[in-house]
Amino acid sequence: MEFYRSHVLVCGGTPCVLGGCKAVRDALIGEIHRQGLSREIKVVETGCLGPCDLGPVIVVYPEGTFYGPVKVEDVPLIVEEHLLKGRVVDRLIARERPAEKEIVKYEAPSYLGPQKRIVLRNCGLIDPESVEEYIGRDGYAALGRCLSQMKPGEVIDLVKRSGLVGRGGAAFPTGLKWEFTAKADADQKYILCNADEGEPGTFKDRLILEGDPHSIIEGMAIAGYAVGADKGFVYIRGEYVISIERMQKAIDQARRLGLLGENIFGSGFGFDIEIRKGAGAYVCGEETALIESIEGGRGEPRIKPPYPGTHGLWGKPTVVNNVETLANIPPIILNGPEWFRGFGTERCPGTKVFTLTGDINNKGLIEVPMGITLRQVIYEIGGGIPGGREFKMAQTGGTSGGCLPRELLDVPMDYFSLAEAGSALGSGALLIMDDSHCIVDIARCFMKFFRHESCGKCTPCREGTDRLYEIMDMVSSGRGRAQDIDLMTELAQVMQRASLCGLGQAAPVPVLTMLKYFRDEFEAHIADRTCPTGTCGL
Amino acid sequence: MVTLTIDGRKVQVEKGTTILDAAKRIGIDIPTLCYHPDLEARAVCRVCVVEIEGQKLLQPACAYPVSEGMVVRTNTQAVRQARRMAVELLLAKHPQDCLQCIRNQNCELQALAERLGIREVRFERRLRGLPEDHSTPSIVREPDKCILCRRCVETCQNVQGVGVLFPAGRGADTVVTPVFGNDLADVSCALCGQCILACPVGAISERDDTERVWEALADPSKHVVVQTAPAIRATIGEEMGMEPGTLVTGKLVAALRRLGFDKVMDTDFTADLTIIEEGNELLERIKEGGVLPMITSCSPGWIKFGEHYYPDLLPHISTCKSPQQMFGALVKTYYAQKAGIDPANIFSVSLMPCTAKKFEAERPEMRSSGYQDVDAVLTSRELGRMLREAGIRFDDLPEEEHDDPMGISTGAGAIFGATGGVMEAALRTVYEVATGSELGDLEFEQVRGLDGIKEAEVNLNGLTVRVAVAHGLGNAKKILEMLRAGKANYHFIEIMCCPGGCVGGGGQPIPSTMEIKGKRGRALYLADRNMPYRKSHENPAIKQIYAEFLEKPLGERSHQLLHTHYTSRSKY
Repeated sequence: MEFYRSHVLVCGGTPCVLGGCKAVRDALIGEIHRQGLSREIKVVETGCLGPCDLGPVIVVYPEGTFYGPVKVEDVPLIVEEHLLKGRVVDRLIARERPAEKEIVKYEAPSYLGPQKRIVLRNCGLIDPESVEEYIGRDGYAALGRCLSQMKPGEVIDLVKRSGLVGRGGAAFPTGLKWEFTAKADADQKYILCNADEGEPGTFKDRLILEGDPHSIIEGMAIAGYAVGADKGFVYIRGEYVISIERMQKAIDQARRLGLLGENIFGSGFGFDIEIRKGAGAYVCGEETALIESIEGGRGEPRIKPPYPGTHGLWGKPTVVNNVETLANIPPIILNGPEWFRGFGTERCPGTKVFTLTGDINNKGLIEVPMGITLRQVIYEIGGGIPGGREFKMAQTGGTSGGCLPRELLDVPMDYFSLAEAGSALGSGALLIMDDSHCIVDIARCFMKFFRHESCGKCTPCREGTDRLYEIMDMVSSGRGRAQDIDLMTELAQVMQRASLCGLGQAAPVPVLTMLKYFRDEFEAHIADRTCPTGTCGL
Repeated sequence: MVTLTIDGRKVQVEKGTTILDAAKRIGIDIPTLCYHPDLEARAVCRVCVVEIEGQKLLQPACAYPVSEGMVVRTNTQAVRQARRMAVELLLAKHPQDCLQCIRNQNCELQALAERLGIREVRFERRLRGLPEDHSTPSIVREPDKCILCRRCVETCQNVQGVGVLFPAGRGADTVVTPVFGNDLADVSCALCGQCILACPVGAISERDDTERVWEALADPSKHVVVQTAPAIRATIGEEMGMEPGTLVTGKLVAALRRLGFDKVMDTDFTADLTIIEEGNELLERIKEGGVLPMITSCSPGWIKFGEHYYPDLLPHISTCKSPQQMFGALVKTYYAQKAGIDPANIFSVSLMPCTAKKFEAERPEMRSSGYQDVDAVLTSRELGRMLREAGIRFDDLPEEEHDDPMGISTGAGAIFGATGGVMEAALRTVYEVATGSELGDLEFEQVRGLDGIKEAEVNLNGLTVRVAVAHGLGNAKKILEMLRAGKANYHFIEIMCCPGGCVGGGGQPIPSTMEIKGKRGRALYLADRNMPYRKSHENPAIKQIYAEFLEKPLGERSHQLLHTHYTSRSKY
């Protein structure tokens, strides 16, 4: 193996790619070559490093110096000063807002703060296109341990004891889900990885896939061993071009090394994975719609029961796990359930990956222990609200999540606490809005999204999303009627209770929480025909 | 067995029973809309939702299986609110032109709105403004009335295996439509009309031809002749309010005379004629090494389906026209000659269980008399409309006989209307013609009943003739795929397009469930048993027409008037 005195990690997450990181990477390689340093310094394109709004970002090891945003024209300076002469280029060091605090070292506690990286353990640290680098960080050791030292039932038992619950939003205990499929008697079973991340504002699965695709392969293979499945599919949003590319490369590498395919590690267990691309329907993130889509049907949910655990893909017992759930599996196997339970809360052990967006100083990808408060996330990690404005509300869990007001800033961020507050942790999107936004206008935008994404199968969702949008549109344009608040509340409740799948059941959640916590703004639009924030044109 | 509690009452049912059926056992009728007893539950309308203790979500009774100890509440505030909301949401986009609608007073949405006491719709009335489809002679689509229950989709795709109707678009823009928004005439639709029977509202209906028939009846220069298809005698009573399965042959004839038809004759006569021609064709194919198995050709929905999807198998289909078209060709030749009437003045009406018959009558091949052989086709529902408009009290009518000569028929002709009937009628004749000996037991039980595919073997002087019967295009497909794969080891196959055969035709009374179709079929077997002649070749009118006009089976005149050919309609 080659030895390099320095590594330069270039973030290759989609936000940085859009910011021009590929050109920066090429410039770095060219400049390092020009300076004759090619045999001493290696440039590595990694997955997401986290602070997406500072991109393109790079980290120089072994110092851990964090630069960003880096432009192509900055490259000669970095190479000349830092890599050749060993002098940090202060001017280019990444700075967190609002205090313009320097992030001198990427992994320093001052930067990560309350974050804890289990899922993102490799993201930003390794070259996601190198299986060797994954293996160098204990990759596939968990699979090896399962296949050589554990019975399938023991794997399930371990996952059950870890208390891991599904990270796609429904928070169903993962071990229990595996057990249902393990117990089902069938000639064929499947493991599906749900990477159809469609929730607006959510991009954590994309960045996990981009940053550490082998962790998903390993998680799926372990799941396959546990339940007796020899075939898996990763269903990835078609728009996630980089995720698809890197996942395919990872699958090819794993096959080449015998980590996928027949008789893995000589254990007699075989497992293989194929990628299926989503065609852009939000509803296909719902597990049964996803299954329909893989089968070639129209992306629409099926009636449950029967559940996929016993009647899934092509009618066979099928485990459907979210990307983040699967990425948790290898470290849980290696470190044990007690270790995992050391993070997070009693009911929700472990960490959660969030994407921070909206009116917040530091946007991007974070991973924190379950149960951290919303206030900590916004103010300790996110750096608070920019521009001297006031916090108004936070929407947790994506567009189908609830909107929480200032009074609920101290709610613990775990599945159960948020559900009790009428919201949801959901997919982990966190959208922060300041006091310049009109609630009615926001609600109208949300409903426009759901009106577009409802699959149209069941009445409450198909017609309900249409009508909620229609009424919101009337209210926001000063045509609201006195009875509209009650009508929307009743309709939203019926949608929540009677819709066929999670889409229709969750679509009214933002509306219900907004009507609950910001009712006065709706009333002002209807009764006074005015918008208190003066933003929606009334 | 599973014990559960519904509305405070314990009930024991088999495992796998739905909440809907369990509730029925104890006298609770949970309202439904997208549910249909013959179709797999889709649970999309959400009208039948109920509360299950321990669950936050309401669950659809039509699809949710019972489990031990389950506690269900079917009539709570939350349940009523959800049901009414679902109906209110549907009504807000429904035209609500009930008074002019073809399904007025036989509409499940109308009945449900009444039953749930919907007195206002709180949402803006908003129609989708979708174009109507009048492209075929058989079926009219009015998508604005569609409530997206998908019963037609399920029927078209999974029962009939045709699959020309799909949901397209998403959310509030979802419509049920032929592919790419085409009209039905532009896609491979069999025009069977099973979607009409499935539709709970007036979104799909038959093309109504009653006005053309009224005009002909009012025209003194026209000699208006009507033929009555076998299945109609078992269903028109039902259409007029009698119990399903009431046999009303005599009243039907009386009713048609009162409407003013000049002659009331019987398709059963040409059903008998079909048996003679088709039976001889079969024997000839067996004897001379023709294409086997031979498939029946009475069902125009099946014919159109075959032309679209199985053009390679067309040589298997008997060249015999359907009884409707044999009748049409003869009424303007044989009958016109005999009665001394200029065929130009004959207006030939057929009374059919079928929407595809409207298409068949307009096929260019069906003009062998020199005129369009059948001028107008009415379904049971259309005749019902005419009788009600004319104020004819059906159950008070006397029993009358069909007119001569094309009104004389046998029991073999009557059972054409039930699945397996054509096969049974053919076997009665083929056996006796081929063996020269009399058949002991006339009733071929193996080919009766509602099993999707039925098989039988008959020994004809040492030759074992293997036959199969399929009804519903979904079942037909199974046999046709076998045939394509060279695995259909039969001599003769009966295919009926509609589940249950013609008693379940797309023009039959609504509702038309399999249970009801079974009752209608039994009425036809009763008719058979009551007939003086039960074998087509014993029909004296058949003997007479060969003696006077046709000369012999498969003769030159037969070829000219009674046989046809088929055209590939494959799109690929």
